[in-house]
Amino acid sequence: MSSVFMGSSRPRGVLAFLHNFDWTLVALLMLLGGIGVGMLYSVAEGDWSPWAVRHAIRFSLGVGLMMIAALIDIRIWMAIAYPAWAGVMVLLLGVEFFGSAAMGAERWLEIGPIRVQPSELMKIALVLALARYYHGLSSDRASGFLGLIPPAILIGAPVLLILRQPDLGTAVLLALTGVVIVFMAGLNWWIIIFGAGAAAVGAPLFYTFGLQDYQRQRIFTFLNPEADPMGEGYQILQSKIALGSGGVWGKGYMEGTQAQLDFLPEKHTDFIFTMLGEEFGLMGCLFVLILYALVSARLIMIATSCRNQFSRLAVAGIAATFVSYVFINIAMVTGLAPVVGVPLPLISYGGTVIITVMAGFGIALSAHLNRGRELDRSRSFV
Amino acid sequence: MKRNDRETTFSRRSFILAGGGGLIFTGLGARLVSLQISQTERYRTLSEDNQFNFRLLTPSRGRILDRNGEVLADNQDAYNVLMVPDQTGGVEEAIDRLSAHIEISDGQRQRILREVQRNPSFRPVTIAENLDWETFARLNVHAPDLPGILPVVGEVRYYPHGPILAHTTGYVGKASEEVAGNDPLLRHPGFRIGRDGLELSLDERLRGEAGALKVEVDAYGRVVRELPDPKTQPAPGDDIRLTLDLKLQQYAAQRMEDEAASAVAMDVRNGDILALASVPSYDPNSFAKGMSQKEYDALRADERQPLFKKAVGGLYPPASTFKLLVALAAQRHGVMDPGERVFCSGRIRLGNHPFHCWKRGGHGALDMAGAIQHSCDIYYYEAARRLGIEKIAETAREFGLGEKFDISVPGVQSGTVPDEAWKLARFGERWQGGETLIAGIGQGYLSTSPLQLAVMTARLATGRAVTPRVVTDGSPGAFAHLNYNDESFALVREAMMSVCEQPGGTAYYALGGGFEYGDMLMAGKSGTGQVRRISLSERATGVLKGDQVPWKYRDHALFVCFAPYEDPRYAVAVVVEHGVGGSSNAGPRARDILRACFEREAGRDPTAVAAADTPERDT
Repeated sequence: MSSVFMGSSRPRGVLAFLHNFDWTLVALLMLLGGIGVGMLYSVAEGDWSPWAVRHAIRFSLGVGLMMIAALIDIRIWMAIAYPAWAGVMVLLLGVEFFGSAAMGAERWLEIGPIRVQPSELMKIALVLALARYYHGLSSDRASGFLGLIPPAILIGAPVLLILRQPDLGTAVLLALTGVVIVFMAGLNWWIIIFGAGAAAVGAPLFYTFGLQDYQRQRIFTFLNPEADPMGEGYQILQSKIALGSGGVWGKGYMEGTQAQLDFLPEKHTDFIFTMLGEEFGLMGCLFVLILYALVSARLIMIATSCRNQFSRLAVAGIAATFVSYVFINIAMVTGLAPVVGVPLPLISYGGTVIITVMAGFGIALSAHLNRGRELDRSRSFV
Repeated sequence: MKRNDRETTFSRRSFILAGGGGLIFTGLGARLVSLQISQTERYRTLSEDNQFNFRLLTPSRGRILDRNGEVLADNQDAYNVLMVPDQTGGVEEAIDRLSAHIEISDGQRQRILREVQRNPSFRPVTIAENLDWETFARLNVHAPDLPGILPVVGEVRYYPHGPILAHTTGYVGKASEEVAGNDPLLRHPGFRIGRDGLELSLDERLRGEAGALKVEVDAYGRVVRELPDPKTQPAPGDDIRLTLDLKLQQYAAQRMEDEAASAVAMDVRNGDILALASVPSYDPNSFAKGMSQKEYDALRADERQPLFKKAVGGLYPPASTFKLLVALAAQRHGVMDPGERVFCSGRIRLGNHPFHCWKRGGHGALDMAGAIQHSCDIYYYEAARRLGIEKIAETAREFGLGEKFDISVPGVQSGTVPDEAWKLARFGERWQGGETLIAGIGQGYLSTSPLQLAVMTARLATGRAVTPRVVTDGSPGAFAHLNYNDESFALVREAMMSVCEQPGGTAYYALGGGFEYGDMLMAGKSGTGQVRRISLSERATGVLKGDQVPWKYRDHALFVCFAPYEDPRYAVAVVVEHGVGGSSNAGPRARDILRACFEREAGRDPTAVAAADTPERDT
């Protein structure tokens, strides 16, 4: 900063924006997006098309979107929280009735030339709505049981609709995010312990009585992919082969045989991490993992620095969404979780996830810019 | 303040949140360490298994050549389609896709599915073989849309002369399940092993060594690139040169084509077999390419036995040709003076049993040479009686009878030279005196193959233990002298010459006046091998003539001969199954084949003139 602005008064306007803006976070995101472009170039066997260039363009648009979202006042975000949730719910219902099937699941809604995936938009809308809800709640109400009913609806309604599509990955991700926000808002520990206990008892019962045979088969395959290497377990096994054969230092950029020779399905989307593991080894994987951890840590720091509950919870929710993405994806490709179809944010090829994540980061940046602002608890602005 | 409460709670819980996040990232990191360090060896191997495939390169089978380098068994390019089941992503679908380009019958489909089930899924299975070039080219163009389908250029064994040499070369075929075991080469769908003939007995030399090609493949089994480095070229099998002369072989087969017969022609100086013909024959190409059960059954059902190697495996009584050996034995042991005359009245008695001469009225008094020239049975009954079976058998063995000659062709039979011990072992009975008499005229238990008859003739012609060979391997060793004095050989050879070349010889008229080839003289002996016993009642009413009985009860016609009489070079033996007359039927054929040997020596093609020359037949 120029010495002119040093002193008693803080810089204002554009300069204030530049000063307060969280450049560390943006730099980390740019690095991840760049890695994505590099990997997609390699997946195409050293070709910018079809994926690398389009990923670069989408990522750039995402950065633009993030900047715009960051410039929008946090109070406006808070104001549109409920309407946004309601709007996305309408879209989800639209998918239920008018959606088109892609890869065997109804996820897309076509409105004119635009294809939107409402389940992705819900990730933002749910975070905003929950943050908005708890913003207006005292800590006593937030910790109690009764206060849990509206969030249960806010979370449960979209999760059920998305499960019906069926998109298990997104549903789990949404539920996780919601639970994290409820927890951060100060839910009573007894309720948390009771809920965890109920889940522990309910899961085996659900497995036995609540699942169809084919669903149980899928879980069995996940637990033992080698039992059916050419069928259900193929993806997991090939993914583990790619990762494992990379070793510590990897086979070298563009030298990954598993991916280059098409043994790896979905290698440019959900399974791109395995390609990274094959070509750059453990070092490459840990490097990317550390980048994701730094981004998450940065988000949590932003959240704790905020002076209002809406920002705190919204940023925490965004962090939870982001970590859930990373966790589910990497757990999936390393064989720790069933294959549920969750992309690796910023690196996987795909438009919607960039929009969701970048919009989320934009909101986080906006919260960061407005971190000193205290907001009235009972009323919304505008 | 409430707000501060919330802020405090949030701050406290954000530590838990950060801790949870840290735990998640640590957990993922640990998982990666486990995969990429602890288990990396395992996954690296799996990755290479994915990536590389060893393609077996089948070796080119060695060719079989005649003595002049004419190709008798060759390899031709064959356009085949294979399928690698685990690269198809569904065998049935792959067949469906393929059937848009080539016709696949239900039967074929069933066979393919059966083979797919029997073999591990990475092993290629044959879909179709010997496609025409156009179809093959079309498949290659469509190959990218046909995962798991491999159009390959293989080799198919080809026998340019078809049936002419089938009994010698044999044929190739797929290795049977038991033979193949787990040998990847034998299990390779494009590979054939010898199933009969020289192809079988010399299989190891013809086979060669398999090579391997390491190829990088993608997930669909398509070859991305060949890795030249670890490629080992297959080593082709050895070419094998035979002593056979294709033209002579063709001529011999042609000269006998109207009969079920066999002929062996030999160079008596080195034992080279020049012709080893057996008719009728079969086309080995149909075996190499795969034959239908119906065709095979038809071949098996034919009473003239086209699949049977008569020249080496057919066993016939040597009949009167055996008298030559009895004459030699009689001289060696001094039981008969060559000048001693034996009176033939047409029959003699031994004990209660009468023994007949073929000539009902008898020959009158004959000496040893005359008894050969006229083929008198009575004389040789007497000679045999005086010799006894042991001495007869000894001489027979010295001339190659009863010996299983190793000429590399499978199916060579040793035949039988009976003696007392043999009979005791075989039937548990004592030898009878009458059986010695029967043996003296080459009947009874005696049995010989045409190959043995040719060897016998070669040994008579040279006085040496000539050993036959079909495969040219180095030079033949010098043959040992046979322990009979020169006068004995001279007498027998001269008598054989008179059989063919002098009026009164049993073959003179049948041959139309002897060898008639330049000023060369030939020597020979006919034989008529009895197939059925002539009963006493039939003798009384008159023995039935050859064509009065059904074909399969007629006598075998034999003729052995060599030429030139003074300095023998070639020997020929011919057996016409159920051909009735030794001199009348087998004689002219043997004479013509003998002539053809000299034609070949002069570099001429005997098959060119043979077409017009129809065999003479009489009764």
